[in-house]
Amino acid sequence: MTTRILAVDDSPTIRALVSKALRNAGFDVFLAVDGVDGVGALSEADPHLIITDINMPRMDGFGLIENVRATGAYADVPILVLTTESGADLKARARSAGATGWIVKPFEDERLIAVIDKVLGR
Amino acid sequence: MADMDEFRDMFFVECDELLEVLATGLRQIEQPGFDVETVHAVFRAVHSVKGGAAAFGLTTLVTFAHRFETVLDLVRSDRLDVTPQIMALLHRCSDCLTDLVASARSGRDTDQAQVDGLMTELAALIDTETPEETAFEFTPISLDFDMPLSFDPVPPPASGLLVQMTPTFQLYRSGNDPMALLNALRKLGDADVHLDCEAVALLEDWSPEQPALSWQVRLSGAASQPDVMSVFEFVEDCCALTVRPLTEDDLPAPTPEPSAAPADTAPVAQIVRDAPTTAPPRAVQQQDSAQAAPTIRVALDRVDRLMNMIGELVIKEAMLSQVIQTAGLHEQPDVVAGLDAIRQLASDIQESVMAIRAQPLKLVFQRMHRILREAADATGKPVRMITIGEQTEVDKTMIERLVEPLTHMIRNSVDHGLEDSVTRQRRGKPQEGTITLSAAHRSGRVQIEVSDDGGGINRAKVRQIAEDRGLIAPGANLSPAEIDQLLFLPGFSSKDEVSALSGRGVGLDVVRREIMNLGGRVMIQSTEGQGTTFSIALPLTLAVVEGMLIQLGDQTMVLPITAVQETLRPENTMLHGVGHGSQLLSNRGELIPIIDLCTSFGVTRPAEGPDTGVLIVVETDSRRRAAFRVDAIFDQRQVVIKSLEQNYGRVPGVSAATILGDGKIALIIDPEEILLSMSNDQGRRMAAMASNG
Repeated sequence: MTTRILAVDDSPTIRALVSKALRNAGFDVFLAVDGVDGVGALSEADPHLIITDINMPRMDGFGLIENVRATGAYADVPILVLTTESGADLKARARSAGATGWIVKPFEDERLIAVIDKVLGR
Repeated sequence: MADMDEFRDMFFVECDELLEVLATGLRQIEQPGFDVETVHAVFRAVHSVKGGAAAFGLTTLVTFAHRFETVLDLVRSDRLDVTPQIMALLHRCSDCLTDLVASARSGRDTDQAQVDGLMTELAALIDTETPEETAFEFTPISLDFDMPLSFDPVPPPASGLLVQMTPTFQLYRSGNDPMALLNALRKLGDADVHLDCEAVALLEDWSPEQPALSWQVRLSGAASQPDVMSVFEFVEDCCALTVRPLTEDDLPAPTPEPSAAPADTAPVAQIVRDAPTTAPPRAVQQQDSAQAAPTIRVALDRVDRLMNMIGELVIKEAMLSQVIQTAGLHEQPDVVAGLDAIRQLASDIQESVMAIRAQPLKLVFQRMHRILREAADATGKPVRMITIGEQTEVDKTMIERLVEPLTHMIRNSVDHGLEDSVTRQRRGKPQEGTITLSAAHRSGRVQIEVSDDGGGINRAKVRQIAEDRGLIAPGANLSPAEIDQLLFLPGFSSKDEVSALSGRGVGLDVVRREIMNLGGRVMIQSTEGQGTTFSIALPLTLAVVEGMLIQLGDQTMVLPITAVQETLRPENTMLHGVGHGSQLLSNRGELIPIIDLCTSFGVTRPAEGPDTGVLIVVETDSRRRAAFRVDAIFDQRQVVIKSLEQNYGRVPGVSAATILGDGKIALIIDPEEILLSMSNDQGRRMAAMASNG
């Protein structure tokens, strides 16, 4: 079974880059443009893993993570934060919201895939 | 890497949108009672530019965007008041960011002095006590552990490592899985995993929030402590972790075999060590940007080709129609219906293609805010700009070609139109001048207006200058409108001293020429003391015009339908002679000068009475009205515009030519120019009578 990943980012460029990297690695990719869209896409994407940006309109990445963690079905899905920031403060916030891990932009495709493999235990 | 180029193009397209959000947002923030969400949107825009730029190694852009964003964050968190000075700085930063994106896109050099200057100004705003976070991190997350941890900096002996981990509730809650961590450890070498569940409470005392499972892993192989720590990079804060070299006490451990590390562990280790440390060198960046093709242009070429083919289709359809008529088939209902269907289809296709090419004027208007700010700075006049109807769509090619004329018109309005603030105060006007930039669709054309609330055109002065420069004969009898037109004469400049803006060597004549090249026209309306309005009227498309086919003597000509108000065959009582063979048409209580197009174009009329023929009442973009006398009206149809100037030369009163169904060439009449050429004494007398009547 193919592993499904939901990627949430308001930047079309980053969405495209992430999507390319994931598809090249053989994942099934679903895309959403912000937190609200991401929460809405959950049942369709039925993701094994979620990758999200932090700074987004309508609902930011923290909001998305909190929402996902609050839903029964996806409460345990690993969520990776893809962010330009690398401050300890941000990591602490992401963690307290329930993020599984984080990747600092700009990312290398190999690094992204390695992190995904790690949190999925592949 | 063609693949990356595509993403690069995509990034720049995204940048255009983001920069627009930024510019619009900053202007909104200036307004009282702005929405907090606007500040967030502005912040996000800069942040997204930074994020994308980092992906393509555009370091200058990233560095600048980062500092800009840091200051915006201060605004966002109410730690910085948006004073007018701060706003001005933010606007300049927005402009600079736009420039940097443009440089990155084209591979041109950036104005480093400008960037450095702004960087310094921004840095001054950032509180030195809160150190600026690094823009982005190229190295992997550092492994600074708060948890009790014995970490031996000495390289591990090849014999292996002992890893002890006890996850907290937080590890499970954040979607991390001990199994995943163990699998990752297994990739580093042979792992002997031991689960310690001694501490697990009995069911009645058990709480899911106090997991008590603990794992001990004896890892053999070449894996180093940092390799192991990288496995735990996300769980360092939610897992008690010990990593130490294996000792003999830790037996029974599997016999260590340094060379036994499975081949598939290499990528993981390599990624950690070879994580990128620098951005690509500048030479590479430039090469990339030189290769980046503006995709929208490619698309436009194709659309252009389509548009040309539709032009040909319209001509072929007209020819077919002619052939059918010659063959005497035009009475047959099915032939007529078939022809009508084709005509309708051609018209639909044309509209669809035009819709593809249509773009909102917003793209140009947005850029004018910056031009206005620069003009205001250069002249020291406080100015604000109001834009209306920026969603009005025009042909994409026109958008690009409107930038230059509009830029000049805005500068002209600030420089020449608006009074200085002292004069304004004396005249009881607000100190801050207002420039209104508006656009609207009006009877099949697009009308763009640049208005100022300045002093209006000083006609006596304009006249004096024109006389001094020999542009008009001294004492020439000119109407106010004609004096205004003098501004468009090449070389005319009414500014007493050379200002920072007017030193650019472009006059309004250049504006007019460029607009005319677009098939448009520039008009002026001015009221002394109240301001001046420049109007540009543009065709919706440069390719096809809906026209009325008329007959003048033995010639067939085309009158654009947008100018036509009504056609009528006048009764004698409606005609009033005003001497010199001129006539006025009395139509619904209004007197309109009649212009005989045969006379205008020097066409010999067949020997018939002067009262025969048809009158077409036209109103031009400048709202001048007249009745054109023609011999007959044939038909109304779309005609393809073929430039006369390119193929033959400029003909007064004619805007272009077209090819008719029978292959003959017909001239397309320019009603505005015909009415303007009526500026002789006779015409003016008639016009005066008409307006008095």
